Amino acid sequence: MSSPALKITDLKKRYNNGTEALKGVSLTVPAGDFFALLGPNGAGKTTIIGISTGLVNKTEGSVEVFGHDIDKEPELAKAQIGLVGQEINFNPFEKPIDIVINQGGYYGIPREEAIPRAEQLLKDLGLGEKMNVRGMELSGGMKRRLMIARALIHKPRFLVLDEPTAGVDVELRRGMWEYLKKLTSEGLTILLTTHYLEEAEQLAKHVAIINKGQIVANGTMNEILALHKDSNENNGFRGGKLEEVFIQLTSEN
Amino acid sequence: MNTHRLWISFYTMLRKDVVRMFRIWVQTFLPSVITSSLYFLVFGTVLGSRIGEMQGVDYMTFVVPGLVMLAIVTTSYANTSFTFFSSKFFARNIEEILVSPTPPWLMIAGFVAGGVVRGVITGALVLLVSLFFTGLSLSIHSLFIILGFAILTCLVFALAGLVNGIYAKTIDGINIVPTFVLTPLVYLGGIFYSVESLPSWWQAITFSNPLFYLINGFRYGFLGFSDVSLSLALTILMAMVAALIAINWYLIRTGLGLKQ
Repeated sequence: MSSPALKITDLKKRYNNGTEALKGVSLTVPAGDFFALLGPNGAGKTTIIGISTGLVNKTEGSVEVFGHDIDKEPELAKAQIGLVGQEINFNPFEKPIDIVINQGGYYGIPREEAIPRAEQLLKDLGLGEKMNVRGMELSGGMKRRLMIARALIHKPRFLVLDEPTAGVDVELRRGMWEYLKKLTSEGLTILLTTHYLEEAEQLAKHVAIINKGQIVANGTMNEILALHKDSNENNGFRGGKLEEVFIQLTSEN
Repeated sequence: MNTHRLWISFYTMLRKDVVRMFRIWVQTFLPSVITSSLYFLVFGTVLGSRIGEMQGVDYMTFVVPGLVMLAIVTTSYANTSFTFFSSKFFARNIEEILVSPTPPWLMIAGFVAGGVVRGVITGALVLLVSLFFTGLSLSIHSLFIILGFAILTCLVFALAGLVNGIYAKTIDGINIVPTFVLTPLVYLGGIFYSVESLPSWWQAITFSNPLFYLINGFRYGFLGFSDVSLSLALTILMAMVAALIAINWYLIRTGLGLKQ
């Protein structure tokens, strides 16, 4: 049996200001899965992603990426992951093509190999016409797609998407999901955090809901949706089933 | 990562920085050339003619190695401190490297190599400018020592700049050290005078300034004499390189000043 894409065991994180962001999180993302990690703002989603990708130091616990411990084999673990972060984090003075090629370079991909691969990725993501303009000239949605292209240049087995569709219009979002669904059908594992719960409901096979640094629900989409209780305490507003479960599990009371 | 992949990662970091510095050459190379020209004009041509000789050579010849060293020190330091800080603080694109399998020591090498390249190029440009003021006459005692000291000094200050860039939390944090530490050390390190011309108490202070040894070692390469022994200057330089590599490695490895 192959190792899971991500195995997190009893992960704890306390920031220097005393905030306890993670209080012993355990989570497994099976290989080949489209996994949604959901939670309200400040629940700990980005901290989990930061620790798994080497951007945040953990306080306790262990994290393995395809069987490679991030402390013992950081280079092997990092080589498996592509990260699309929540914030725009590329140099706005650089051209998209250079940003993607250079990212390939950090993973040890020679330029002659990275150039055609980067061009193809940018074309696939609808940035073919924009690959030679400066990053600052791209729209918000284009910047997000550039970050996806950058995260895929080294052909990762595991793609982590931290709210990748924030600020992206509906049509582009759909295009983006179609593209990512195609990649999952080819074997790519995806971990997604999003506040668009209807998207998560349609895309994800497994879901984990985190609240205040603790996992409050974890299972297949059907298992999570089965937690749904019909309620009239919603002042007349009704979202999708997942949204209702999410609110039930994360609301204060 | 195997050696070939490590090399590609290093080359990518260096190439990116070199492309950047040539793209904005007006900001990266020109200021040192203009500042040095002014120094040559004021201290060499105008004041130098009144000073006469220093340690048996005319003042302009004496001051050239020091001014080249001044350019090398400031640009190699500024390159790594600013490049690293801006990629950490403004664009946050340092995360591109942090998420990749590039190990900490290679990250240090990539950034420092950029500082060394900029320092060496700027030093060469300032040396070329000096020829205009010395009437194309330049005394060279040992090209090997000149190049050796130039590269090692670039290495020291690129490493020091990297420590500053990693640790700085605000833009002021990368300006304070050059203004209040580096500039006084360089100016009091014997660029414009020989330690022999100082009173004994000032000489004692000067001997505790590491920059004094670098400037004198470099000057030895041009003139064949120096206020200090070459081996002592080289030992201090190597010790600084080793200490700064260790500090940088610790900072990046632990994520101090970088990761939350």
